[in-house]
Amino acid sequence: MSRSIALLICLVGGLTMLVSPFLPMATGWANDVTDWFNILAAMAFVLGGGSLLKVQLMRLSARGPGWGYSAVTLLAFAVTLWVGLGKVGVVADPSAPMVPWSGKPDDEGSAFWWIYLYVMTPITSTLFAVLAFYVASAAFRAFRAKNLEATLLLATAFVILLGRTFAGVVLTGWLPDWASGLRLENLAVTIMDVFNTAGNRAIIIGIALGVASTGIRLLLGLDRSYLGGDA
Amino acid sequence: MSGLDRRWIYLAMMLAVALPILWNGVTGKTFPESPTPPSQACFDAIEALPEGSRVLVSFDYDPASEGELAPMATSFMRHLMHKRLKPVVIALWPLGPTKAEETIASVIKTDFPDRVNGKDFVNLGFQTGNEGVLKVIGTDFRKQFPVDRSGTPVDRLPIMDGITKAGDFPLVITISAGYPGGKEWVQYVSSSNPGLVLLAGVTGVQASQVYSYYPGQLRGMLAAIKGAAEYEALVSAAIDGDRVTAPKYTEARRRMAPQLFGHVLLIALIVLGNAMYFAQKRCKAVAP
Repeated sequence: MSRSIALLICLVGGLTMLVSPFLPMATGWANDVTDWFNILAAMAFVLGGGSLLKVQLMRLSARGPGWGYSAVTLLAFAVTLWVGLGKVGVVADPSAPMVPWSGKPDDEGSAFWWIYLYVMTPITSTLFAVLAFYVASAAFRAFRAKNLEATLLLATAFVILLGRTFAGVVLTGWLPDWASGLRLENLAVTIMDVFNTAGNRAIIIGIALGVASTGIRLLLGLDRSYLGGDA
Repeated sequence: MSGLDRRWIYLAMMLAVALPILWNGVTGKTFPESPTPPSQACFDAIEALPEGSRVLVSFDYDPASEGELAPMATSFMRHLMHKRLKPVVIALWPLGPTKAEETIASVIKTDFPDRVNGKDFVNLGFQTGNEGVLKVIGTDFRKQFPVDRSGTPVDRLPIMDGITKAGDFPLVITISAGYPGGKEWVQYVSSSNPGLVLLAGVTGVQASQVYSYYPGQLRGMLAAIKGAAEYEALVSAAIDGDRVTAPKYTEARRRMAPQLFGHVLLIALIVLGNAMYFAQKRCKAVAP
């Protein structure tokens, strides 16, 4: 019975979204279905938080390798949640100065704002920046011209790497106008414009066809894998 | 040499990036930029709008991609303000509104203090739902963004007069680091509003994928820091002319020098690695 209801919800929701671009009267229904999705997504946040707690607490209690990271994760989770929900340090909104909680949790001066500015921003920026070091090391060790395909890939990478900087102008800027297509910066544009676009469009069209066929299977109840188990 | 300690590579990369930054800081010089067609198209699309037009700007990134995307956001906002256009800011990423506030503080509140919040610009904040948000704002904008970031109903904001759906904006700009971003804006907004002009500023990783939509559904595109530098140079030339540009409006161009030396080092390392690989291969072939 519960599976039938789930299949029915899927069918009604899917069909509503499918017909809304063609039926003006169904536009509002489609927007309502999107609201349902947002409500479900909000519930998923709670599930996600519960799952994080469960996994990290199990790792912590087992004292397995890296249990210290779990402790840090749990501490960061708890502190951020408490600071955000409790509106710690929030400055009252000018429209209601007597109500200490009237400001937004991420307003300047609040503890949440402080965590964002002095913890999250530096950490995420640093993690992204560190990639440059790993990419350099990996390129040195793994990028080999072992065959024709790898050599072509290597040559393309060189053109893009040089063409996307001032090096392209320095190295090939002297080429006359009739050969300007061979300047590195123009070659980089040609690679993106022709070869990359052709390949990507083929992939996008293939994915779209796959999504359409999967969607039909879901709507018709032929694919029930999203229900879990052996459904 | 094949057993080269990777810390030497890290050191070389650190120097390749740090020295040009120091050189930039001391001399203040940047490399000249000549715009590629996608960057020029972004500039032209904004130039073509009449004064007072409202532009939807979506901040779809977080601090991790700030290095590439914040200079784009700054240039876009400066260009819009200079042309007396009116940005309506939204975000599909949770940390997007904070990035937007930083850009508004740095550009509008500092250099265009006469512009009024709610009349000349507004930040409507973040809405969860990814492409679901885009699907809804295509038909009912206020359903997803009923109030601005400070809680004022959009019905009371002069800048929102007559705006009922995304298609009411003549121009939409997305500054995006991934999902949801440029691709989703094309699929759910640009495709269903043929008259709407969509511009995207994207990270290098995303560029190859989004490039497929240019110049059809996507009128213009800034690809990575190079695209940001090209657009920044165009905006500076139009606004500053021969005057000295404020450092905050040269961020993208100042990042091109570290990028140049980083790329050259990368190529040198690949060449060196391949030279060693073929030398070892030859040694093995010659050995009895």
